[in-house]
Amino acid sequence: MSTKPDRIIIRLEKVTRIYKVGVESIHALDGIDLQLRRNEYVAVMGPSGSGKSTLMNILGCLDRCTGGTYFLDGRDTTRLGAGGLARIRNTQIGFVFQSFELLGRSSALKNVEMPLIYSREGWWSRRKRAKKMLERVGLGDRIKHRPNQLSGGEKQRVAIARAMVCGPSILLADEPTGNLDSKTSEGILALFDQLHSEGQTIILVTHEESVARHASRIIRMTDGRIFSDMSFEQDRANRASLNGRFGEMSK
Amino acid sequence: MKAILAAPLLFLRLLYQSVYLALGQIWANKTRSVLTTIGIIIGVASVTSVIAALTGLKAKVLSDFESLGTNKIFIIPHWPRTGRFKHFSWRLYRFHPQQFEGLLERCPSVSDYTLMTERTRTIRYGVRSIDGARVYGINPSWHTIENRSVTVGRPFSLNDEQNGWQVCLITPSVRDQLRLDRNCTGKRIVVGERSFRIVGVVDKRVESGMFGQMGASEEVFIPFPTAWKLWDPWVYAIACCRKPGLSEEAKAELRFFLRQTRRLEPGDPDTFRMEVIEEYLKTFNRVAMGITAVAGGVVGISLLVGGVGIMNIMLVSVSERTREIGLRKAVGARPSAILLQFLVEAVVLCLFGGLVGAGVGQMLTTMIAKIPHANLQMAHIPLWALGISFGFAAAVGVFFGMFPAVKAARLDPIEALRHE
Repeated sequence: MSTKPDRIIIRLEKVTRIYKVGVESIHALDGIDLQLRRNEYVAVMGPSGSGKSTLMNILGCLDRCTGGTYFLDGRDTTRLGAGGLARIRNTQIGFVFQSFELLGRSSALKNVEMPLIYSREGWWSRRKRAKKMLERVGLGDRIKHRPNQLSGGEKQRVAIARAMVCGPSILLADEPTGNLDSKTSEGILALFDQLHSEGQTIILVTHEESVARHASRIIRMTDGRIFSDMSFEQDRANRASLNGRFGEMSK
Repeated sequence: MKAILAAPLLFLRLLYQSVYLALGQIWANKTRSVLTTIGIIIGVASVTSVIAALTGLKAKVLSDFESLGTNKIFIIPHWPRTGRFKHFSWRLYRFHPQQFEGLLERCPSVSDYTLMTERTRTIRYGVRSIDGARVYGINPSWHTIENRSVTVGRPFSLNDEQNGWQVCLITPSVRDQLRLDRNCTGKRIVVGERSFRIVGVVDKRVESGMFGQMGASEEVFIPFPTAWKLWDPWVYAIACCRKPGLSEEAKAELRFFLRQTRRLEPGDPDTFRMEVIEEYLKTFNRVAMGITAVAGGVVGISLLVGGVGIMNIMLVSVSERTREIGLRKAVGARPSAILLQFLVEAVVLCLFGGLVGAGVGQMLTTMIAKIPHANLQMAHIPLWALGISFGFAAAVGVFFGMFPAVKAARLDPIEALRHE
């Protein structure tokens, strides 16, 4: 794996995703072109129904596009079978969900170990790596706790540790702070910032501008298309000017 | 080479990983798992104990048969219903001792034989007497065929035979009823009208519980030539095969030999018949196997019912853990891994049930063996029954676990993660 920071890791070419509901077909994604470099921190924003979840599912190889091609780390994923996609999800992608999705009956350690089971790690190295990862997210003293003994923020940290334990190329987070209060959210976002500074590529889906502020690049979507794609500074300037215009109009 | 080894190795790792996950899941749901397996436990317990009881019954009957001697061939004169012997007198087709001369040389599969004749006689000693005692005429070879030991005195010898002496062996019950000394050799008793000198005491016959009392236990044995001379009797013979499996050969040789010595023409029917206990044994064995299979199968239906219980709970488990399945798929579990996880869980549940069931079955068997007068003391679980009920339990697990497991493996991860 090359560590060249400007290497393109994700390339979407005219990606479409069409859902068939009865006779109607819904274009959830309508020709997306997108390129992501290693160590980018991207926030995907947009109203609900804009296709950002579908985009996340396709980026995370949970779903297949109905048209176009998706290269992940130079590999055409549209040609892979279910087993190949599972392997990619296991080794290249880490998921963080809004509702944590931890196994309630298992300890934090077991939860973090889980992806390693599927990458056929031995019992001992599994434990070691999971422990190390939990220490990295600041939960070294909580490895034996079950999810119901952890706070919301701690749960999400466990989930992040689980997503990171296989050393994924990209970390996909779907509204990671949606179920957290603002103070805890700041902690989680600080953790993302830290991971980003350590070289992790992060893609974040969110509604909240305050969350998106942490990202270096902001992609806004509507109706299955990318409507703006620019750096955080440009985006802010753009928003300000738009707001200004709306402000004038409202006057 | 490496490629050939890789596939089974991969499967083993997958299996190990599934067992690991399944055991964890079962441990997490202890109460439910135990309740679920009750069906299997009852099934395996009933199958094993029913088979154990039937096996015990069979073993008892067989051992009773065996006490009669399995490699013995009874040769009995037989009056044919057709042919030229139809109107012959019994004296003409009964056995004469001369007809058996040279039998051992001509019949290599027969290790020994004895001529037999029996009468019921009154025995007296002084003022005491026994009515209805059985008196047998026997050859000395009887001792090796019947395997009854002489506890006092000596067995018959060729001398007794050749000289036609009036000597006898008695059973302990004769001795006791006539109030003879423990060592009663040399004493003379009256059998019928004649006086016989006791040369020894022979053990009483092995009683078989299954067939009940087989004749009086008051027995007196006298040399066959003496009996022949005295009674001019009806005779039968007991031959003994060299090895247990040789009865067919022995019978063929005996038939050939006897047809010759009895001067039968090629078209004549046999004027004797032969009965081998081994044959009855084989028939009985077949019948017993059939009964065991049918009873085991009927009871085995309860295992199927247990299997349905497993399927039910696995289906509940799959729908309850839909989100978990989605998550596992999202972090990289292949469909095969999910399938195997749920399948192994079902099979492990069944095998656990099988293990406990076998234990309960063993307990039931011990209890069955203790039922008085039921002739089931020999009840035990044969190894094959354990194997079958375990194999069947595992098969039930695979069969009934397959549907829920496939259902789990086919779940779409996105749908599964959205599931409430």
